[in-house]
Amino acid sequence: MYNFDYVRPSSVSDAAQALSNNTDASLVAGGHTLIPTLKQRLAQPSALIDISQLAELKGIRSDGGNIVIGAATTHAEVAGSADVKAAIPALAELANGIGDRQVRHRGTIGGSVANNDPSADYPAALLGLGASVVTNRGRYDADSFFTGLFSTALHPGEIITAVHFPIPDKAGYAKFEQRASRYCLVSVFVAQKSGGIFSSGETRVAVSGAGQNGVFRVAEMEQALQGNFSPSGVSGIKVSSANLMNDMHGAADYRAALITAMAERAVGAASA
Amino acid sequence: MTAQGIGAAVKRREDFRFIKGDGKYTDDINLPNQTYCYFLRSPVAHAAIRNIDISAAQSAPGVVAVFTGADVDASGAGGVPCGWLVTSRDGNPMKEPKHPILAVGKVRHVGDPVVAVIAETLEQARNASELVQMDLDELPAVVNMKSALQGGSSVHEEAADNLCFDWELGDQAATDAALAGAAHVTKLDLVNNRLIPNAMEPRVAIGQYAPGTEDYTLYTTSQNPHVIRLLMGAFVLSIPEHKLRVYAPDVGGGFGSKIYHYAEEALVTWASKHIRRPVKWTSDRSEAFMSDAHGRDHLSHVEMAFDADNRIIALKCETLANMGAYLSTFAPCIPTWLHGTLLAGQYVTPAIYTNVKAVFTNTVPVDAYRGAGRPEATYILERTISKAAQELGVDQAELRRKNFIQPNQFPYQTPVAVVYDTGDYEPALNKAMELADYAAFEQRRAEAKSRGKLRGIGVASYIEACGIAPSSLVGALGARAGLYEAATVRVNPTGSVSVLTGSHSHGQGHETTFAQVVADKLGIDIGNVDIVHGDTDKIPFGMGTYGSRSIAVGGSALVNALDKVIEKGKKIAAHLLEASADDIEFANGAYTVKGTDKSKAFGDIALTAYVPHQYPIETLEPGLEETAFYDPKNFTYPAGTYICEVEIDPQTGSTQIVSFSAADDFGNVINPMIVEGQVHGGVVQGVGQALMENAVYDDNGQLLTGSYMDYTMPRADDVPSFKVATLAGTPCTHNPLGVKGCGEAGAIGAPPAVINAIVDALKEYGIDHIDMPATPEKIWRAINAQPRMAAE
Amino acid sequence: MPTISLQVNGKTVSGEVQGNTLLTDFLRQNLGLTGTHVGCDTSQCGACVIHVNGDSIKACTMLAAQADNASVTTIEGLSQGDDLHPVQAAFREAHGLQCGFCTPGMIMSAADLLSKNPNPSEAEIRSWLSGNLCRCTGYHNIVKAVQIAAGQMSGQRIAAE
Repeated sequence: MYNFDYVRPSSVSDAAQALSNNTDASLVAGGHTLIPTLKQRLAQPSALIDISQLAELKGIRSDGGNIVIGAATTHAEVAGSADVKAAIPALAELANGIGDRQVRHRGTIGGSVANNDPSADYPAALLGLGASVVTNRGRYDADSFFTGLFSTALHPGEIITAVHFPIPDKAGYAKFEQRASRYCLVSVFVAQKSGGIFSSGETRVAVSGAGQNGVFRVAEMEQALQGNFSPSGVSGIKVSSANLMNDMHGAADYRAALITAMAERAVGAASA
Repeated sequence: MTAQGIGAAVKRREDFRFIKGDGKYTDDINLPNQTYCYFLRSPVAHAAIRNIDISAAQSAPGVVAVFTGADVDASGAGGVPCGWLVTSRDGNPMKEPKHPILAVGKVRHVGDPVVAVIAETLEQARNASELVQMDLDELPAVVNMKSALQGGSSVHEEAADNLCFDWELGDQAATDAALAGAAHVTKLDLVNNRLIPNAMEPRVAIGQYAPGTEDYTLYTTSQNPHVIRLLMGAFVLSIPEHKLRVYAPDVGGGFGSKIYHYAEEALVTWASKHIRRPVKWTSDRSEAFMSDAHGRDHLSHVEMAFDADNRIIALKCETLANMGAYLSTFAPCIPTWLHGTLLAGQYVTPAIYTNVKAVFTNTVPVDAYRGAGRPEATYILERTISKAAQELGVDQAELRRKNFIQPNQFPYQTPVAVVYDTGDYEPALNKAMELADYAAFEQRRAEAKSRGKLRGIGVASYIEACGIAPSSLVGALGARAGLYEAATVRVNPTGSVSVLTGSHSHGQGHETTFAQVVADKLGIDIGNVDIVHGDTDKIPFGMGTYGSRSIAVGGSALVNALDKVIEKGKKIAAHLLEASADDIEFANGAYTVKGTDKSKAFGDIALTAYVPHQYPIETLEPGLEETAFYDPKNFTYPAGTYICEVEIDPQTGSTQIVSFSAADDFGNVINPMIVEGQVHGGVVQGVGQALMENAVYDDNGQLLTGSYMDYTMPRADDVPSFKVATLAGTPCTHNPLGVKGCGEAGAIGAPPAVINAIVDALKEYGIDHIDMPATPEKIWRAINAQPRMAAE
Repeated sequence: MPTISLQVNGKTVSGEVQGNTLLTDFLRQNLGLTGTHVGCDTSQCGACVIHVNGDSIKACTMLAAQADNASVTTIEGLSQGDDLHPVQAAFREAHGLQCGFCTPGMIMSAADLLSKNPNPSEAEIRSWLSGNLCRCTGYHNIVKAVQIAAGQMSGQRIAAE
């Protein structure tokens, strides 16, 4: 690692100030993506602004049909939260499958969402549940937040403060791991909610791990599930492999087949 | 058997320091005034070096020295030597190009060290390395073995066609004739996938030079410190051995990868004299992926011939073996003498012929990795015989049974040079079948089918050759060293015992098992025995630990030294007891005059030896310390049968190992707990090879699996608990303990057992083979008959 | 350079660190606590697992500065003097270690598991330990050790009640 200054702000506004004063600075929370990157010297921030211990970014609460999770909440905290388990068990299960237990004790939802790794778990949940990303400057729908590989709608200096997850009627998650890294080779999050709280339709299907541009929704599956929310509803639907990742861990056609398989399982888990 | 003696499951004595964090590994050592070395390595697979400009790095903050290959060359240092000469079938010696410590003229693989930057801190060394200007003229990379042999780019000028050697063993004419006249021939093309050893402790080397005495010390992560001292002292740096101490303290696993003498060891030792300060290098894991010797990487074509009665009548095997960019220490011996000689397996096979072509490529050197040649041979045999069973419509276990060498045929001369001294293969097969509940398998297959899952069962009966081997034989086969082992038993005046052994323990538990042998032979408490290893300044010249040789060779040396101690003690006892030495018996820690109750305890004899007031001083020297060197008469031949049961999800292609049963004949066993632990670990390495581990290079010679993000290591949730049985077995006939060795069996027997199970599960799809690693995608593709698109 | 102050194995320690000093380096270099090992650079192997504020974490992926004011337990602080922690004792009892390199991280991880789930199933043990690589044991005896330790600790709890 190149050396850098370590800054521990006392509030989000402090952190924002520090960021704006130093354009080469990076935020760090759990650091489980950033620190390995720094070890390889693939980045050279002048300072790391550590927001992992800011109380205003931590915690989980139920709020008018939403589960609100502070950005610096760890994966283990989400996985173990009674509120999350009661309201959106699929979300707790997803958090419980990220990395390993020691990673989950440090990694945070805000860090994962801001990084938008195409193989990460959380983007599928955000898109699949129609979540909102709240920052120190505003609010984004998941549909407009994830803009491509490792890129989001966040502006320089903008800090995620929380993620709001609408509580669905049912939701399910199924993940097929890349065996070495334990990231998603393909994962699918499905959710359904009557009353149309989701911005488009009542059923959402989001895929992580597979898309060349990161997480994406599968409209054909969403429509099919709208009428028949059962594994058989999606078992005949195959996503085109044209825009899927194609690498040594999984060719595009294999990933396409896994999307169908994981969608079936996610629906099955949600139905159960 | 006593509670602490041979055969007892004694808890390990070395555990206390490890479970409390008190182990002392090489990276835990820091010397006063130490500097840090960072190796700038080649980013490309193959290039001519036009120029290396180190001037900016030399003046960077904290930099002490910067060295290139030219500096090392100018000092007269030699290249990293190869310890085994293989002769081609035309009588020519293998091609043996120089392996410079730092690249000279060309870089030959990604990770080839080019510049050594030494600074006050590691961060400063690494910062400075970024200021080095490497001007490289990239050349076409030689990656694929088959195309390497077809000419074009050459890794070394000395081997324009990239062929290192072309070796054969066996009777080609007899084998071809048997194949031509066979009732059935099973043919198979096999990939033995390239593996990266991944001992959990990365390599470390610290060089230290003492100007006052002109002594050097190398602290290093080695399985065999004397081998390193010999190779580096005599062949690389011309340091007299009495001026060079090599110390390998606690070592965090080896699996072969820490046998070899590596360039980094030589560089830090060499540099410590130049800068007159200690130089420390610690590999990080990414560096280990591209600098630790890799394992396996064979391509084989096999033909196995059967008569009308389903008896094997011939085996023919042609193999390409990847050497990588340079010849690592024992690389040439792995696909030849440790591979071709095992192709008889457990079977009566009248005619065998094998041809091995070793190929240079622009990849990391390949050398022994747990099993070393024997897993490749076993995979060839055991995959082929299960495929044959499928083709012949017979049970895979019964086809093996029918062809086993019978107990009354031992000693058994194979058609591939070696003589098995002893063995009995059916009990292991029967035991494994019992543990696996083989008889009821078809019910379990049907039950799985009802859940939409595919079950399969796979059998593999392995043989291995351990305890390498008579020095005279290996010398004739090309070894440039002897392969004996040494032990000194130093009885201290108060009766405690220090054993100084050339065997090195890096997980094997010698501090317990060797002490058990001493406790058993001398009748003393295990707590009074200390096992000293790893330090060339303390131990007698010994060859170290690899090839499951420690107990068979090192243990035998220990027994012989103990026998000498006991014999000398008899003479002392005879004097004290006023009897003839011929009338003295030694048992249970006491010397007794036969037929009387006159007796002296071992401790009394020890004290007398060092306080020789009443002593036969005219005929006997004082002291009680004896050394023995043991040179084995033959290999040992452990054998066993492993049975794997898998369940496959046809929708995703993922495989779950639902049960794994192992039955082994290791001859006599010193500590059954440790032996079973060795089997567990070996099996998981074998499962790793079969299901997930694979070193992948792209066409440009870039290692795509260069970290744990991409190279799949088996984890706790990838495997089940195992059913392991160590049989009473057939004791080795030619060493004093009757032991055979157990360190590699698991890694040898598991891969074919797993793949045979997978193919069995998939047979309803008409699938008759699947290559390792059998990843979910590969299985899915086989089920769906989808050829893979070229990956990006 | 920032100065940090933290509790390590019950003692308050402080020291100057660079921004880029990893917690592993601080423990190994500054404090000489070499029981915490480094086996990889991608946060996978778990040889560096310690406890920070009661949770097992990978010390190679935490900055020393991030541990300011934290309470840290390393393998050296797990036993009370010569009395081994039940997980340590069970690793020896079950032959759950060979070369010993992964062992400190493995034990610290397992100890955290049993503090949070005193009676785990084999599947739960294997899942929890998936962040700790071992190349020697094949995990078989490690799982057995954790089961033995769980039994021991529940016996102790019953005895204490």
